[in-house]
Amino acid sequence: MVRPPALESWGPVHYDVIRSQAALGVPIVRFHQASLANGLEVVAELNDRAYSVATGFFVKTGSRDETAEIAGLSHFLEHMVFKGTERRDALAVNRDFDRVGAKHNAQTSEEDTIYHATCLPEYLPATFEVLADILRPSLRADDFETEKQVIIEEIKMYQDNPMMVAYDTSKEVHFDQHPLGRSILGTVESIRALEPGPMRAYFERRYSPANIVLAVTGKADWDAVVALAEKHCGAWKGGPAPRETVAPRGTCRFQAILREEDQQQTVVMVADGPPLESDDRHAARLLTMVLGDATGSRLYWELIDPGHADGVELSYQDYNNGGAFYTFLSCGPESTSENLRRVAGVYRRLMADGPTEEELDRARNKVLARLVIASERPMGRLMGLGYHWAYRREYHSVERELEIYRAVTTADLRRVLERWPLLPMTIVSVGPTTEVTPPAFWSSPQGELS
Amino acid sequence: MSKDLVQQHRFSNGLTLIAEPMPGVRSAAFSFLVPAGSVYEPAELGGGATMLAEWIMRGAGDLDSHELIGALDDLGVTHAENASATHTSVSAATLGENLVPALALFADVMRRPLLDEEEIEPIRALALQALQSLEDDPGSKVVLELRRRYFPDPWGRPSSGSPESVSAVTAEDLRDFHRRLFRPNGAILGVAGAIDWPALRDAVHELFGDWPEQADPTITLGARGPTRDHLHKDTQQIQIALAYPSVTIDHPQYYHARAVTAILGGYASARLFTEVREKRGLCYSVYSSYEGLKHQAAVICHAGTSTERAQETLDVTLAELKRLGQTGVDADELDMMRAGLKSSLIMAQESSMSRSAALAVDWYFLGRVRSLEEIRGALDALTPEDVSAFAAVQPIDEATIVTLGPKALDMPS
Repeated sequence: MVRPPALESWGPVHYDVIRSQAALGVPIVRFHQASLANGLEVVAELNDRAYSVATGFFVKTGSRDETAEIAGLSHFLEHMVFKGTERRDALAVNRDFDRVGAKHNAQTSEEDTIYHATCLPEYLPATFEVLADILRPSLRADDFETEKQVIIEEIKMYQDNPMMVAYDTSKEVHFDQHPLGRSILGTVESIRALEPGPMRAYFERRYSPANIVLAVTGKADWDAVVALAEKHCGAWKGGPAPRETVAPRGTCRFQAILREEDQQQTVVMVADGPPLESDDRHAARLLTMVLGDATGSRLYWELIDPGHADGVELSYQDYNNGGAFYTFLSCGPESTSENLRRVAGVYRRLMADGPTEEELDRARNKVLARLVIASERPMGRLMGLGYHWAYRREYHSVERELEIYRAVTTADLRRVLERWPLLPMTIVSVGPTTEVTPPAFWSSPQGELS
Repeated sequence: MSKDLVQQHRFSNGLTLIAEPMPGVRSAAFSFLVPAGSVYEPAELGGGATMLAEWIMRGAGDLDSHELIGALDDLGVTHAENASATHTSVSAATLGENLVPALALFADVMRRPLLDEEEIEPIRALALQALQSLEDDPGSKVVLELRRRYFPDPWGRPSSGSPESVSAVTAEDLRDFHRRLFRPNGAILGVAGAIDWPALRDAVHELFGDWPEQADPTITLGARGPTRDHLHKDTQQIQIALAYPSVTIDHPQYYHARAVTAILGGYASARLFTEVREKRGLCYSVYSSYEGLKHQAAVICHAGTSTERAQETLDVTLAELKRLGQTGVDADELDMMRAGLKSSLIMAQESSMSRSAALAVDWYFLGRVRSLEEIRGALDALTPEDVSAFAAVQPIDEATIVTLGPKALDMPS
């Protein structure tokens, strides 16, 4: 095991700096990193002033690592992980977390499955023991059948949610045959057809220690964290679990799905964006604030303020060697086409003229304040820490993130827009009408836009 | 949440400022409760308070709509304005150094909104669309319909109103609502985070000290709705929601009620999750939660599941409610409930937003702020015997049950 010395997140550290930061009430955080002999990476951002400690296993696997025959398996496996191990059944897993008041959960995306728990510092050993234990699940056949029913109910719950239907379909249409277009949940049919055998094989392949990052944030002792990882994860086996990635190229197609029972029309629009490996991520995030934050953005003034739509937002999602800008719209069915024209108009104008300095400053102020607020909880730091290390092998302190955002210029935003234009885009409309006309130029190549 | 850190000042016009400095945080947050909730609007103008909460943000003081939103963005303020049954509220968070400038903007919003006539139709359009979006969200819809039937009018009335009432509200109705109900008497401003108490108190005095009082309105209590109901909709799942009476926060057995609710369905090893989901795989989501108003309270249970499994889900849920009363709770369950509630309480201290809300809410319900020690002490004092005794007399027979979906279920009479 390699254990480098702790890196101070505040850069070169002098005693006086620490003292003045402490006097200001700014928490002093320490970054640590280690690798176990079996390849499991451990990263921690520790902060003695926190009240809790958050731990998370970041398994680099998700729906993009599946094939059509096993659609929905990563997410199903995430559920099965909580159904027990050699030492515990499902009820014992829940009970042993709850006994120490640990808040635990898990989530599956296109490319990551994350298991996390937050607890009071004194309960870290007990909480971590359960969290590590379940990462080596039994995957028992009878649990498999019971949980299959729960997964089917989860799929049906999302079928009753127009935004989830539109979002899922938009990815399928935009990414087409690319693995990022696969549904995370799968379908009722694909889940019914799944067997424990292929799940076990997938688990062996994807849950190897070399494909997992353990991240810890909040109040904990680094030596104790390493000792816990060694004790509970040191015996995990498995080889490398590489993922072949090809950069996606969106189809920019249009699709309208009829849902007669819906009252509102729900539309999701997708355009390609910078991948998580790119240094354009911060500019991309600021761009979404300027254009599509829930309040004060260009889309807000164009659609919400006049009452044309009751919801519109632009968000940026980075993937491993891929990225996307998603626009979400909810409005009355009769005004859908007109609203799509408005959205396209907002995007076209920004692509032609770029953002103003004032807009960028406001977007930056919002991002900075939200970053600081979120970072005040260990759980608010966990995801950033884990993802960053899993895909970039990099650590950014909050201060470093703030610096990067401060350095972004309007020229950076224009450069991102040139490289990743928001038009053309994929449009998926869901609701009581299919009489939706996509805006002019919606599928034109970039050159025709000016 | 340490007792000595909480500061409190009541201004002569009845506004209460309650604040807690939090060491080690750079943010500051506030939760501002003004006693202008939707229960004070006439039923035929339902949704008015919600529309007004939108209208006051569209320009205030010297700033027009764009300038106001721009000024808040410049300060990095994350904010939300809402009308609930009891209050029109603002919750906001930003960096500590921007707190007072943000409060100054919201002083204009509350006291000097422009209420420009031109904004009324866009706001009405938003309110009507929000009602339609609610129809597309069966999980939220069923709980709203449950509240409407369970709580006596006007307490169960949704603050979103109805398409008819939202269409009927006039600008003058809303201006009148603002004149009469936006007032300092009974208003509570909870603040937490990186704050300087004397400076904050002086600033609030400057901003709100001369806000004139208004007479408190009265409410006429109406009837409850039917205790059994089904709403038809061709959805994939049937939504099941039920509510039964519980005790209010100032009741000596309040912590008994919270314990029973948590043990029933407040966490993963709770009874509903264990019996309905883990053992039988009947649904994805099932929970119970406590919901308190000042003079009435309820335990609410909610589950959603496909048509062919909905009857069993309802039956198992009702059986678990009954079993809780018959067999009581054991020491292990009580320990688990305590561990969960205590860690939530401690973790809430990491967030200025949750602290500021807790300060304001405690003050509203109790006229004081409970310390962490007080809550811990009350939880530690609970025994399996007295919690079981409380569970045994819970009035589950008085439950209101509402379902939404393609098929009605057999309900207990």
